[in-house]
Amino acid sequence: MMFDRIKEKLEILADAAKYDVSCSSSGSKRSNKNKGLGNSDGMGICHSYTEDGRCVSLLKILLTNHCIFDCAYCVTRRSNDIKRAAFKVQEVVDLTINFYRRNYIEGLFLSSGIFKDADFTMERLIQVAKKLRLEENFNGYIHLKSIPGASDELMHEAGLYADRLSVNIEIPTVSGLKKLAPEKDHADFIKPMEKVKNEIIQYNSEKKLIKSTPKYAPAGQSTQMIVGATGESDREIMLSANHYYKNYNMKRVYYSGYVPIRNDPRLPSLGSQVPMLRENRLYQTDWLMRFYGFEVNELLNPQFPNLDVEVDPKLSWALRNPQHFPVDINRAEKETLLRIPGVGLKSVSKILNARKYRKLNYDHLKAIGVALNRARYFIICDSRGWETKDLGSAKIKSLILRNSVGKFRKDYSSQLSLF
Amino acid sequence: MQPTTSLIYDGTFNGLLSCIFLSYEEKLEVVGINPTGMANEELFSESLEVITDKFKADRVWKAFKKIASSRGAKSIYFAYLSEAPGIELEILKYLQHTFQHKKSIDGDFASPHVLKIVQTAKKVSREKHRMEAFVRFQLTKDSIYFATIEPDFNVLPVIKHHFTSRYSDQEWIIYDLKRKFGLYYNLTTTNIINIDFAKNSGSSEENDYFFDSHEQDFQKLWKNYFEATTIKSRINIRLHHQHVPKRYWKYLIEKNPLHN
Repeated sequence: MMFDRIKEKLEILADAAKYDVSCSSSGSKRSNKNKGLGNSDGMGICHSYTEDGRCVSLLKILLTNHCIFDCAYCVTRRSNDIKRAAFKVQEVVDLTINFYRRNYIEGLFLSSGIFKDADFTMERLIQVAKKLRLEENFNGYIHLKSIPGASDELMHEAGLYADRLSVNIEIPTVSGLKKLAPEKDHADFIKPMEKVKNEIIQYNSEKKLIKSTPKYAPAGQSTQMIVGATGESDREIMLSANHYYKNYNMKRVYYSGYVPIRNDPRLPSLGSQVPMLRENRLYQTDWLMRFYGFEVNELLNPQFPNLDVEVDPKLSWALRNPQHFPVDINRAEKETLLRIPGVGLKSVSKILNARKYRKLNYDHLKAIGVALNRARYFIICDSRGWETKDLGSAKIKSLILRNSVGKFRKDYSSQLSLF
Repeated sequence: MQPTTSLIYDGTFNGLLSCIFLSYEEKLEVVGINPTGMANEELFSESLEVITDKFKADRVWKAFKKIASSRGAKSIYFAYLSEAPGIELEILKYLQHTFQHKKSIDGDFASPHVLKIVQTAKKVSREKHRMEAFVRFQLTKDSIYFATIEPDFNVLPVIKHHFTSRYSDQEWIIYDLKRKFGLYYNLTTTNIINIDFAKNSGSSEENDYFFDSHEQDFQKLWKNYFEATTIKSRINIRLHHQHVPKRYWKYLIEKNPLHN
């Protein structure tokens, strides 16, 4: 290997890939066969964390940052004056294998700028994955980007070698996309997504009949949306996310706070803050939809189009819907327990187990890990002195805010002093 | 009043189970179980050294597993690996409760005994996961991928399977410097080894003769990658430290100043 040359390429092409937030290496079982390299047991591993706090699980790079498109939000757009580089297929294979053998990574995340055309680019990405699987007998994780507009044949082949495929929708609305990426067609994003979805369904049904059916993208599909680049409301973003979860069986939708990279009248100016709190609230909402049984309309609706910055979305929902509370910890169904602010998935499972043995009180709940500072206003348990008074939502909110600390509190402390 | 007894065992899991067997066989009132060398002199109790008996240990473990869930059995084993002072007595109590009620107590999270075991097991499980993440192999001249660790808990026995199934086509060694034993995979099986070496081995600068000529190059590439993938406008050092506590930096090529 030409280490100096590789080093330069790696710096350029890792730098360009870092705005893709997907880092997941879980959800795929690929066991080691015939003394090959690597084993994925369905659990992801974060091998390191960057100083911005994000996990490093995969070698995340672009094959090249040459691109024929000129999307306003993207660092690698054609008109941007930056260093360009391109990896050879074998170079990516060698880097992946050598990093994996040293236990630096779980696998490869390979994206690319679009050079020549969609199919030409997609074919190169597939070549890397194919070489890793067939020549290196590699069973680690491979995440490939589906290139918008790539043909059905190529998408079929990609799924045979990759664990996960993803197309980044980037701009949550069709109108936003027209404004920022006029050369791109919304339909081109949907086409590979649709194809992969149908293939996964077909392979899974065949697998039930014929055990030897090969794996097809076993970790499913994901997508990403940029938050705060165009003027969408939280409701529009989450409706869009919900659409992709429901209609394309997405495993994950990622939300990426827009990092200003240039001055463009269509975009937030350079130096404006990355909307990290908003990003955080959107992820919380996403979790509530996927694991806590909430419908998007309960959390965001025409009367309430944007999430509350001061409190998390579950607490915010509970404050708006006091008729559902208090909930009896010792009797309520799982679905009801999941809706109590301050009670997470793990706490619910522990409560369901523990209450078979005895009635639970405040001390038990605290020991189990329930956040009582929030939960106490919404529950009844085996302690006397639970909050009997009907305090009213505004009072509860101010009490909770006063008795807790929030990592983003400094960002809106001016609003807080109003209470 | 029945005299109380303090048991001393060899530090192995079977040793601990042998103690539990003995406590039933002899109807002992046990007030302490400690590994050899760690035992306190108990003023008012009798000390008894227990000889590990695999047969007796198996009987206890089988009887326990018949009642307990697999989750409970795993918690007990992981809690044992914590090497926390006094954890042996907690394990004894847990098994006593299980045998006494003749039903699993694994889900009784509101009981302080169960919670103690579960929380200790959780700590060990976290350390296991961290070691699976933070081990960094360095390639030696003999084509062995080599790493040293100093985990808070004795996790080598529980990371063995992970590394064996993952790296089945390369020879590797993971050595626990604190507990002075390691795992060596020889392309067929993974065995326990003991090596005598100086503490600073493992860093490439001082051991240039020991490592492959390209080892440094790959480490540099990894460091470069790590820096290039950071988004400068989102730096969040507190979160970074929370994910990678400083005591683990010594393993990490990308965080260790020695590896410049």
